[in-house]
Amino acid sequence: MNIPKDLLYSKEHEWVRREGSDLRIGITDFAQSELGDIVFVELPEVGDELTANEPFGSVESVKTVSELYAPVSGKVVEVNEELEEHPEYVNESPYEKAWMIVIEPSDDSELDDLLTAEEYEAHISK
Amino acid sequence: MSELKRTPLYGEYEKFGAKTIDFGGWELPVQFTGIIHEHELTRTRVAMFDVSHMGEIKVTGKDSLPFLQRLVTNDVAKLVPNRAQYSFMLNENGGTIDDFLIYMLAEDDYLLVVNAANRKKDYEWLLQHKRKDEHVEITDVSDSYGLIAVQGPKAVDVIAAMTDTDINGLRPFSFLQDVKLSDVDVPVMLSRTGYTGEDGFEIYIEADQTRELWRALLKHGEPFGLEPAGLGARDTLRFEAGLPLYGQELSEDISPLEAGLDFAVKLNKEADFIGKKALLKQKEAGVKRKLVGIEMIDKGIPRTGYPVLNEKDEEIGFVTTGTKSPTLNKHIGFALVNTAYGEIGTELFVQVRNKKLKAKVIETPFYKREA
Repeated sequence: MNIPKDLLYSKEHEWVRREGSDLRIGITDFAQSELGDIVFVELPEVGDELTANEPFGSVESVKTVSELYAPVSGKVVEVNEELEEHPEYVNESPYEKAWMIVIEPSDDSELDDLLTAEEYEAHISK
Repeated sequence: MSELKRTPLYGEYEKFGAKTIDFGGWELPVQFTGIIHEHELTRTRVAMFDVSHMGEIKVTGKDSLPFLQRLVTNDVAKLVPNRAQYSFMLNENGGTIDDFLIYMLAEDDYLLVVNAANRKKDYEWLLQHKRKDEHVEITDVSDSYGLIAVQGPKAVDVIAAMTDTDINGLRPFSFLQDVKLSDVDVPVMLSRTGYTGEDGFEIYIEADQTRELWRALLKHGEPFGLEPAGLGARDTLRFEAGLPLYGQELSEDISPLEAGLDFAVKLNKEADFIGKKALLKQKEAGVKRKLVGIEMIDKGIPRTGYPVLNEKDEEIGFVTTGTKSPTLNKHIGFALVNTAYGEIGTELFVQVRNKKLKAKVIETPFYKREA
């Protein structure tokens, strides 16, 4: 299971990468492997405001629909449009090609609630 | 929750990294390597599926034919030994108790292969409707059978490589009893049937020999690319091929006429069967709802239970099954809708969570293999 050390994680299986003051967000390798073949990704639009722990979109596998939960609050400034044509990127490259959104966080202190790679690993091996 | 039941093949799943799920009380593999891969493998080469969870109920005795004629919708009198027939049992309202295959093993000797989740209900329904003066014996023999489906265009090559019996003449819905297969000690029942829309076989075997059969199929199927496949692919395959799944396209609230499965309902057969009156009424008045194929125009995937709406936001039906079709690469579904909205090309809407998305009625089956 690939859990990059330099990322932060939510209990709902999103990863968060700091890029200057912005945050890039996607779902983890563990999540994609649990979900199976991803066939559809529904994402918010640039400008949408997200609230921590609230759904901001969904990923659908052949059989199931799973909601995506915002790891922190903030404004969407970028959306990965490529996932519309290539939902399989979520399976193939969850941390690179399948980044989902970039947000401008509204409250940096929410980052403290996220998990480190070690903590996330412990969380999924429960 | 009570403990999940397992088939004789449970121990084999893990070797392939299968993911298992609770399917009607059974712990079964939903996928081995991946649903899309297994789906494509079945469409282009060959895959095998553990379907040992299916129920088998024996009906024997000198009154078994008139008894079955009274309980099922198809014309059992048309069967001859070594032929199978698709059929339904209905309640008095014409709702579907179950859909199944009836195998005629011999004169006065039938085997009903029923949905695992309905096994107990079917058995009790049969018992309950047996008249005291009828010489019929009804036995639930599910636990004595293992069942493996070998499906795909190369299925015939795999089986041919395992037997001296001529299987080329074995037509769809025909079967052979006491067939000897390489590396399998006991004879099997080999049926040219399936639930994928592809050519293939379903192989019935004594339960405790199922693992031996699985291993023999792996060995002899390898040159043809055979791999195990799970319930996930089985579901997308049957869906594309327009085959109903009990609990979704059929239920005690849905009649086979509403589901468009008239071919297995013989209203003209001599015997009266349970539910016939209700079906005749539906037929005379015209069915109020019908099962249609839909394709999404807007972006989204229809899923089981999602409401179907008209332009005025009135609920006109619901989705019974839906996914992204691996073969067609489209977002499609089955929906049970008011008949007024059933014409091909009709535009309607699916409530996909918080969005009302446009779709249109299309022809079914979505997929048909080339002859």
